[in-house]
Parts: sequence; structure tokens; C-alpha cells
Amino acid sequence: MYKALVGVVSAALLVSAATLPVAAKEFKWAFQTDTTHLDPHGHNVTFSAGFLGNIYEGLVRRNEKLEIEPALATKWELVSPKVWRFHLRKGVKFHNGNDFTADDVVFTAARTLHEDSLVKRRMATVDKVVKIDDHTVEFHTSVPNPILTAEWENWHMMDKEWAEKNGAASPTNLNKGIESFAGRNANGTGPFKIVERTVDVKTVLVPNPDWWDKPVHNLTKVIMTPITQDATRVAALLSGEIDMMYPVPVQDINRVNANNGTSVTVGPELRTIFLLMDQLRDNLLGTDAKNPYKDIKVRQAVYHAINIEAIKKKIMRGLSDPSSIMISPKLFPKGNSIKRLAYDPAKAKALLAEAGYPNGFTTRFDCPNDRYVNDEQICQAIVSMWAKVGIKANLTAQPKAKYFAQIGRPNRDFHIGLLGWTPGSFDSHNVLSNLHVTWNEKTSQGRFNYGDFSNARVDELTEMILVETDAAKRDAMILEAYTITTDNVFYVPLHQQALAWGKRDNIEMRQRADNQFRFFWVRVN
Amino acid sequence: MIAFVIRRLGQSMLVMFFVALTAFGMFQYIGDPVNQMVAEDATEQEVELLREKLGLNDPPVIQFFHFAVKAAQGDFGFSYQHKRPVADMISESMPATIELATTSAIFALLVGVPLGVYTGLRRYGFASKMVMTISLIGISLPTFLIGILFIYLFAVILGWLPSFGRGDVVHIGTWSTGFLTVTGIKAIILPAITLGLFQMTLILRLVRSEMLEVLRTDYIKFARARGLNNRAVHFGHALKNTLVPVITITGLQLGSLIAFAIITETVFQWPGMGRQFLQAIQEVDIPFMSAYLVLIAFFFVIINLVVDLLYYVVDPRLRIDRTKVAGHG
Repeated sequence: MYKALVGVVSAALLVSAATLPVAAKEFKWAFQTDTTHLDPHGHNVTFSAGFLGNIYEGLVRRNEKLEIEPALATKWELVSPKVWRFHLRKGVKFHNGNDFTADDVVFTAARTLHEDSLVKRRMATVDKVVKIDDHTVEFHTSVPNPILTAEWENWHMMDKEWAEKNGAASPTNLNKGIESFAGRNANGTGPFKIVERTVDVKTVLVPNPDWWDKPVHNLTKVIMTPITQDATRVAALLSGEIDMMYPVPVQDINRVNANNGTSVTVGPELRTIFLLMDQLRDNLLGTDAKNPYKDIKVRQAVYHAINIEAIKKKIMRGLSDPSSIMISPKLFPKGNSIKRLAYDPAKAKALLAEAGYPNGFTTRFDCPNDRYVNDEQICQAIVSMWAKVGIKANLTAQPKAKYFAQIGRPNRDFHIGLLGWTPGSFDSHNVLSNLHVTWNEKTSQGRFNYGDFSNARVDELTEMILVETDAAKRDAMILEAYTITTDNVFYVPLHQQALAWGKRDNIEMRQRADNQFRFFWVRVN
Repeated sequence: MIAFVIRRLGQSMLVMFFVALTAFGMFQYIGDPVNQMVAEDATEQEVELLREKLGLNDPPVIQFFHFAVKAAQGDFGFSYQHKRPVADMISESMPATIELATTSAIFALLVGVPLGVYTGLRRYGFASKMVMTISLIGISLPTFLIGILFIYLFAVILGWLPSFGRGDVVHIGTWSTGFLTVTGIKAIILPAITLGLFQMTLILRLVRSEMLEVLRTDYIKFARARGLNNRAVHFGHALKNTLVPVITITGLQLGSLIAFAIITETVFQWPGMGRQFLQAIQEVDIPFMSAYLVLIAFFFVIINLVVDLLYYVVDPRLRIDRTKVAGHG
């Protein structure tokens, strides 16, 4: 009787062990906002592009060090200075089972250039896209473009047949009120596909079993919930309701680290924060006073008066990297040879006196208050630093919706202001052509050079950098351009922000410096 | 009576019109919607093109006219950020807000009225004094802070209730309800209490002061003199009379609960209209903002109308034909 009981019990245990299912590895994560809609060509928001980068893929992709790797294209070469040939990967299928072929690439290119697309710049300099055969495509450019693929990681390939069949052949046209099918439905080639979605509430994804690459992750289900409120997001991580979230507000980093079971992963971000000055007008806007920012001595004084290490320590709580150039050194390591102007209030005062402002001057100072990490606090700190050298700054901090409308063209309503920039192509040409080149209304170059300074040599170098294919020569030209701009103090660079992602201890993940989250690298232990 | 209702509905149209007009006047000061929609480094031409297409270069009066004409036909346009009909967005999120507001109102009533009666009847007791002091907290702490405190206490430290979201919902037709699932019920507790705390304190104090006043009146004295027991006097006579102003206040407050659940919804990531509205302000999503404001104006008017009608029904004195009374002078 006793033996029989033991027998039954062990048999039962054995059976249950044999039929024990593989533990479901669910991964729950949260961000501040949701992806408002799923159309790859309907928005250019970094978060949405990053999220869709788990569902859709481009011809190339980047690893966690942001180096370009083959993705849907296996190799590519220049067959002539203005013609690139891409060889597409064979055997790739979309989530609905359709094959990925050159037709899809041509279709995606055309859709990208559609008038309702918000990502036309992915096809910048491309004149023609030609299908050579089912797995070969050529891109013809108007000028030689050595960094053609720089922004192609998030140039997502769409399935031509699916789009045309389902009314997604063009992006949503807000005006006519025609919603594109692609806004609420996704069909990509990527490692995950959406199975459930309620906008602003929850999105559920499962792995794509037919993905062409070998998964690093071990997830069976991914649940994404947006949580706007910072404190609530932190609470959800601490209570274990979610496994990962970002961004972690700077003031909560210690709390999350101290909590048993959670920790924060910090790393440098690519966004450079800087000050821009009106260098065009003769008088400060709205006053009769002469514009002090046209004098290089004043610009240097403004720079010398700022104690960037104090800002790093007290305001950014150590989470910033003071920068000497207008791009992250990770993207241009040679830039490390350029040094910042030292913190020297005495020198600042002397320079001001030389420039004719022995008692300083009064200026407006405009900042956003909800765009960059601790933007308003940084500006407030700078106001007090300037006060020590005699510059009286009247600070106005506003929400980004108002701020950018005010300082942007055509208003350019500012004296000195705070701004941030990430080059979408991870390349210096983007920084130079958008921020440093003389404003040209016809070509839109220098559009974001709101200070409107002008340097002929920088303009010349930028044009050459665009088409230079020799890497060493190119880097030398970029260094020369940055040297000119920093010697002239056209901008006052401050720092690169840092990223803070919070996670539970049993999660492995990789952090990218461009703040994009690829959960196909996550492992749940 | 019918004339009264029709006049009121006409007034509601007027109210909505003025709300929309004022809102449109203000939109130009909120910021630039196009900037929120395009890439950081979009070209001048792209921005201008989009601005033109959305009709944002027209003078505000023309823009308002287009909006009013379409709104009259029920078309509130497409959200700039979500790129789908605003009407869809609102109908999806409205059930969440309505459920939250009504649960808060019920909580406020179920806790406020009994406590108000208790503190009215036993005004010198220790328990009463404690309740009154603690109720001050309900009025003085901002909703935001109460919400966060609740989350940290019940979700992080104790782990009893969820810190965000609505839980699993069941769809019945176009309505989505959280009341039919365990997670849904757990999820509504903290937000409803947070939102309803102010109301509850209000009702508690109102019922208490009304009770105190009513208990001093002559007819209560005479009822006691008649020999009725305490229960008959307190609940049969006194309470009924205290409830009339409570109904009025609750009705009016229900409108503001719906409209101003914005903060509570944001703190608890509750997927309601208020949270969407806050987001729309930050993103300068004008179609959503206009639709929401007009809808809220409509709610307020309807609720006020219902309260007035209820008053008419509850208070017999209002039903007497005044002309006859005046005539008899």
C-alpha cells in the first residue's frame, strides 16, 4: 500500500516534469509616450521609429555601438560615383508570408517620396531607384553620396502587395480625412509582430518565427504600456509591474538603484546641448542696444563665464559629458583634440571690458522647459553664472510647442537661447549643413542656423564633405570646419546628455546611445 | 415644462458655440502644431506645405467657420498626431472617464453621506472630531500628491493594487467596461478614491452642516414631542431634507469630475479623455482640443439641465403654478 502510494506520487511527478512547458518569458516595458500610429512613413519621431524598428527593418541596421551592418541587404557597392548597387537578402518573408523582393524596395522608395510622407529625407540625393532583378536594386544619386545608408536603419521596407491590397499605398492624408491602413496595422519583416494594440494603453507583440536572423532574445511575449507621469513610471518599475522602463528621471536614479531588484543603466546620449546667439541683427531684438553677440570677445566671455562642471555635478547629477564640439565625440573621435574654453569668470569680465561692456549688458535668455533633460534648470544656473560677470539675463522658459515656433524661422525671436541637436545620420555633415552653413532659402541649407552667422570657408568645406569618399580626407575637412566654428565661438556647446534606462535585475539588454530601444536584444533570466 | 427643456437645449447650443469660439481664439497662443508633426530637421518647404494643407494659414475666423460647419455634421476631423478621426479617439476613451467619474461620485456619496450624518448627530464626539480633521486633508492636499502617495503605499510598498492602467476591459458594443474583470476592479479603486476625495469631503461637510441646521428646526422638535424615536426623526424626516442641496452639489460636481479628471488620469495612466486632452495640449493637436472642449461644454449643460429638472421634481414647492398663487395674492 505504501509502496503503491510512492509509486503513484513519483509517476505523477515524472509526468508533470516531462510535460512541464518551457517557461513563458514575458517582457513588460514602458516609455513616456506611445507610438501614435504604425505607419513607417507617417512620422519622424525617434521613439516611434525605434519601436517600429522591432517590427519593420531597413536595408541596413546598426548594432549597439551604432555601426552599420547588413540587414535586408547583404552587400552593397558603388558601381560608379553616383550609382549604388544593393544585393538583397534571399528568403526573407513579411509577417503575412509574402516574399521580400526588389519590387518592395522600389515601392517603399516611391511611398517615401509621396507628398504625405514625413520621411522624404531618407531619399535625399536619390534620383532614381531601379530594379535590376528580384534581388538587386540600384540607387542613382544626383551627387556622389558616401553616406547614403546613414539614415537607412529606420527606412522601413513595406510589402507592396499588402499595401496596395489594403489601402496603405500612401500615408494618411490628414486633410482629406483618408486614413491609411498602415496607421493601425503593421506588416514588416522584423523579429516581432503585433498581436494586440490599443493606442496609448497597451501593445502586445510576439516573436516572428520565420525571421531570417538568429534571435538573441529569449522572449515569448512583449507588452508595451506607455506611462506618461514620471513618478508613476518609477513606481511601476519598483513594484515589479513592469520589467523595464525609460527614461528614468535624473532625481530617481539613486532610488531605483537602491531598490532591491532594480537598477539603472546609464550611458552617453548623442544629443548635444548648446547655446545659440543672434549674430545677424545690429541691435538686440526689441531694444535700441547694440547687439553684443556680434563681437567675438563677447561670445568668448559668455563661454568663459559658464562653469560646466558645476552644471554637470549639481544639475545633471553627473549625467552629462561636457562637450567642446557640436557633435558627440563618439560620432567624431578626432573632435577630442579640440578643447573647451576654460571656466574663467575673471577672463570673461576682462573680455567684456575690452569689447566695450565694462559693466556687462542686459539680455533676454530663452529656453524650453519640457524638451531636454533639466533644460530649465540649466538655464537658471547659467543666469546666475552670468550675473557674476555682469551679464544680466532675463530668463523665459516655455513649453517646446511655443519655444520652437518662437525661435525658428521666420520669427527668430531671441537674443540668446538654448537648443539641442542629434544628427539623424550620426554624421557630422548633418550638423554642419543644418547648423553651421549660411542660411539659403532655396536649398534649405543652414535652416537651423537661427543665429545666422556666416563663414565662407565653412560653407565651402561642408559642400566638399558631402561628396568626399575618402574617409581620411573627409575627417580632416570635418576637423577643419569644427576648428573654424569653435575658434569663432559661433555656438557655446555645453554637453551631451546621458541616458538612463531602468530595469529589473533579471533582465539583460543593450543600450543604444541614440535612445532607441531594440527589445529583440533583451533576455529574461 | 417642455418649453423649459427646449429653451435650455437652445441655450446649450449657444454655450457650445461660444466655448468653441473662445477656444479657437486661444489656439494661436498655444504653439505651432506643424512643428510637433514634422521631423526636427524638416525643410522649410515641407513645413509650409503642411501648414497650407491643414488650412493653418487661413485667418482664425475662417478656420473656425470650417470647424463649425464640419462639427455641425458630426465630423471633428483627424487628430494631427494620431492621424485618425477625433470622434473615434473620444468614443474609445470616453467610457474610461465616465466610469471613473461615476465611481468617484458614488464613493463620495457612499462615504460622505453616512459620515456627514454621523458627525452631525454626534458632533461633540471624539470620533467626529477625528473625522473632521482628517477630512481637511482631503481638501488641502492636491489630487496629484494624493494619487502619488496612494501609488507608493498600495502598489510599491504593499503591492495590493496596480499602480497604473485600467486592467483588462470587456467590450460591450462600443462601450468598454472595467467592472467585469478582477484586474479592472482593482485598477479603478485608487483613481476613484483619489478623484473622489475632494467630493467626499465636500459632501461630508455639507451633510453635517445641513443636519445640524435641520435638527434645530421646529418640525423636528414637534416630531420628537410626538414621541417618534430617534431613528424615525433622523432618517425619516431630517435626512430627506438635507439631501436636496446634496443632490444639487453632486450633480454640478459630476460635471467637473468628468472635466477635471485630467490630473488623476495622468497620474494613474488612466486611458480617459482627460489624459488625451493634456497630451493634445502639449502636442498642439488642435482638432482634438476643439472637440474635447465642445464636448465638455455639452456635458456641463446637460448635467445642469438634469439637476434643475430633478430639483423641480424633488421640491413640491416649485411645482405649484406661480401665477395662480400670485393671483390669489
